[in-house]
Order: sequence, then C-alpha cells, then structure tokens
Amino acid sequence: MAAFRIDGDARRVVPPANIPPVVNGFDENAVEAALRIKDEQEATVTVISTGSEFALDVMKKPLSMGADELVLLQDDSFDNTIDSFVTAQLLAAAIRKLEGFDLIICGRQASDWDNAQVPLGVAEILGVSCISLGKKVDVAYGKAIVERIVPDGYQVVEAELPALVTVSNELGQPRYPTLRGIMAATRKRPTVWSKADLEMDESQSGSRISLRQLFIPVSDQECEIVEGDDAAESGRLLALKLREAKII
Amino acid sequence: MADATGVLVVGQTSGDILDSTAAELLAAGQSVAGALGEELSIALLGYAVDAAGQQAIAYGADRVYAVTSPLLEEYQADLYLAALDALCRDASPRVVLVARTAEGRELAPRLAFRLGVGLAQDCLEVSVDESSKTLLANRPVYGGNAIAVVSCEHTPQIAAIRPKAYEPTDPDSSRQGQVVSFPVELDASLARTRVVETVKEESEGVKLEEARVVVSGGRGLGGPEPFAGLEDLAKLLGGAVGASRAAVDSGWVPASYQVGLTGKAITPDLYITVAISGASQHMAGCSGAKCIVAINKDADANIFKEARYGVVGDWQIVIPALTEAVRELVDS
Repeated sequence: MAAFRIDGDARRVVPPANIPPVVNGFDENAVEAALRIKDEQEATVTVISTGSEFALDVMKKPLSMGADELVLLQDDSFDNTIDSFVTAQLLAAAIRKLEGFDLIICGRQASDWDNAQVPLGVAEILGVSCISLGKKVDVAYGKAIVERIVPDGYQVVEAELPALVTVSNELGQPRYPTLRGIMAATRKRPTVWSKADLEMDESQSGSRISLRQLFIPVSDQECEIVEGDDAAESGRLLALKLREAKII
Repeated sequence: MADATGVLVVGQTSGDILDSTAAELLAAGQSVAGALGEELSIALLGYAVDAAGQQAIAYGADRVYAVTSPLLEEYQADLYLAALDALCRDASPRVVLVARTAEGRELAPRLAFRLGVGLAQDCLEVSVDESSKTLLANRPVYGGNAIAVVSCEHTPQIAAIRPKAYEPTDPDSSRQGQVVSFPVELDASLARTRVVETVKEESEGVKLEEARVVVSGGRGLGGPEPFAGLEDLAKLLGGAVGASRAAVDSGWVPASYQVGLTGKAITPDLYITVAISGASQHMAGCSGAKCIVAINKDADANIFKEARYGVVGDWQIVIPALTEAVRELVDS
C-alpha cells in the first residue's frame, strides 16, 4: 500500500501514477450478471457510467465482454467531489432518457468510498422494485428472481419488473473478453451525454454530504513473534503464550 | 424540517427482545443527544413491541415510538421504509441513527433518498459540533486504508453505524421513559419484493458474530479440506470458524463464513487467522477483536502489523501442533 497517498489539505486520495485505473470489481460482477441473462434470452445490455474523464479503453471492457452499448455521462462537474446523492440523480436521469428498461444491475458498492448508496438511491428515484446483494439473477415471467445473500445463508426473492438488483462478488468470476469481443468493442462508439443533455431537477443536484477531513489511521499494535526451533515448536509455544496471557 | 430536534435511533428486535445492535445505537445516541442537550428516542417497528420498548428505556431511550401495523410483523424493506418515512416526517428528528446490519444496509440509504438528505455511511464513531449542532461522523474509506470525517448538509442528519463499533451501556431497569404509540396504515401492495425461499448455510455450533473465539482461514490454505482442521481447533476453544473473501470466492466455504468489509464484523476475545494476508478489507471486519493471532509463512504479510501474537511458519505444521497443545491445556 506504499502507492496510497492522501493530500490532506485537498482532502483527496492521490492516485498512484503508474497504476492504471480499472472498472470497479463489483461492477464487473454486474456486467457478468447481465451477460448471463443475455446468454439465455433475448436481451440488450447497456452499460452506464458517470465521471469527469474516462480512460476509454478501460471503459470499453464491458463491451468486449459482450455488452451492446456504452453510455458515458461525462461533464467537468461530475468529478470525485460529487456525492452518492448527486450520482444517483444523474444515473436516474440518464436511465429515464434511455428507451425503456426491464432490469438495472449495479455492483453492490464502489471500492473507493464503499458507500453502497447509489444503486438503492436510483431505485428510490425511479420508484422501481429493489433487491440488494444478489449472487444469482434470473429473469422469467416478467419478474426478477434473485438469490440474495443474508447473514446466515441466502434467500430467493422475487420482484416485478422493472427492478433494480445489486450484485456481490459471490456471483462469481466475470468472463474474460474474447478476441471477437475486443474487435467488436473497438468499432463501437460510446454515447456521451453531458449535464446539459440530462434533465435534472436543480433542487436535487446539490451535495448532501461534506467531507471535513481525510487521514490515514495509525496502528500502534506491536506483534510479538512466537518462535520455536521449528514450526511445530512455535505452534506449541503459541498455545502456552495464549494460556499465560489468560486468553485461553 | 426547521424545528427538527432530538436523536432518533432505529431499533431492531427479535420477537420480544431488543437486538444488541439497538442497545449499541442507544449508547451512540446517548452521547449525541447529551452533546446536543436533546432527547433520545427509539423507533421500534413490529406488530407489538411493548416488551422491547421497556428494554430500550433501560438502555437509555427517553422515548419509544411503537411503530405498529400487522404488516410490520416480519421485516420487509418497502413496508419498513414507508413506516420510517412516515415517522421521520411526523417526529422531525435532528439526527437519525441506523445500525448497518443486513436490514440497515437497505433501509438507511433508501430512507435518506426518500427524505432527500445525505447519509454518513458505515460510521465507527459519531460526535457533535456543538455550536452548529452538526453531526460529525468518522468512517473508513478505501477499504479501511483511510478515515474520512463527514457531515450531513441537510436535516435529518442520518448516519449508519457499523455493528459493534459501540458497546451498550449497562441497562438500568429503574429508568423511566415515555412510550408513544404510532400506528401506521400500510397497504400490502407497497411490498414489491417477496421472499420465496430461505436457505441456511451457517457452520454448526456457535454463531460467528457471537463467538468469543474465531479461527479464520484464507487463500493460503489452498482448498476446502484444511477448514476441517480449523473446525477442530475452534471447537476445542468453544469458537466458530470464519474465512477471508479469497477463501469464499474460491468456493471453499459459503459466503456466510466471510469476515470483512463486505462480510461479517466480529469482535471476539481471540481471533486466530491462518494463512490470511490481512488486507485492510479483511481487517475492517475484525478490528474490534481483543487479541489477534497471525499464523502465516510470509513474515512481511500485513497481518503481522495488526496482530498481537504471530507465528511465521507453515500452517500445515503449526496448526496441528497448536491444536494438540491447546487440547492438552484444555484437558488439564
């Protein structure tokens, strides 16, 4: 984690220079969930993202995996300072602008701010059924049928379409792009919409959260290494150490 | 909500019993309400919540909103949200605290959006800027590699608190509080999702979240079989077995075993990690453990920075020897 730095004055994380950006892992699970539905039945998969700038080759990965269309909501004002509330408003406005949808699939959370709010917000704004933490997503008889993770196992949950489902890593490995997919993706152009293209209610476009401070926590934990003549001896000594400390 | 006042915590119950997460929220709520000089209320949703209400008063609630409807007997997100939305609009709290449990993960963001306000997500600590009566929330970001202090710009200020971040205060059954009946009219058609089947996938014995000893295995175990050895050690210590996300993603154990940011948060007295590197996302689920023990063959693994005791060595040799020695100590 040596590459991880914080600019405390600017209250932002400084991205490491030599590590390329990636699609958020849970969002790749979301693309995979959509493609599994498309494997089984007639479906069009549209991928949407927001940001102030995009690495186009990275953003095209879902297309090379098999998605049909890519819509980028790109505007200088859509930078990292906008919060979940505004991001959800933007996505909802863009989804309304698309020509109808049956199912919205989102990754459970982003691995930077781990907010896990935007998808549920989009469902609230659009007023559609919402199922979170799916590990298997099917569509049949006008319903979404989802296996969702709960603390002691999973539930099978149904919802009428249109619906929004968030998915987690338990869904399984996203597929690798195929050579044919990569060729097809090269030819595809994303649809790019700026703020002016989206119908936004101005009262809904202000940040709801402000960031006061950002810092790296310090750990003062000292680890005592228990070491015997060999690994077996170390294991035995560890047991004695824990007994001595009255932990076992 | 110009006249907003007080702190409202959303309490969970199981049957007649107040959930431990609700008692934790009341502890957090007491400190916030105290700093604001305002009242602490709790919302209890269900068909009948009287017994849990008395427990909530003992744990520090000044007022209990008994939010009742026959449709609230079982948790269903859409119905619970409708009830909470109605209560928040009626009671106008300044601050709302929700536990980030399986239910809270759904309810808190959706409630915030429904009320048009922000949510401070996954907080470890909340405090108050007394001059502006603003809630300040400390929350881990970037997988726990950084801490952000955030505040909400609108009222009510909502925060989701990570389970076990606060310890409940000692209950005082002589405390007095007010119970306000808040029946809600709900239409069954509001419920847009339906549970068709529930499948349990937990390890037998002690529940992971409640265990005083947890033994977890990671990627370095190389397969599902070694978890049997961890079971033996856990059983001797009266504990439970957990796993890192890598072990769950590899399909060696079910998702219900996962400890970490996207798994369970545990606070055992003793946490033994076996072949776990200790990524911050894993540590986010066990930072409340009183004593962490690391067994890993890589002396540079991050887990040794977080552990109290460590053994650098091959788990295949260390674990059987440790288990045998523990067996002797337990038997004697």
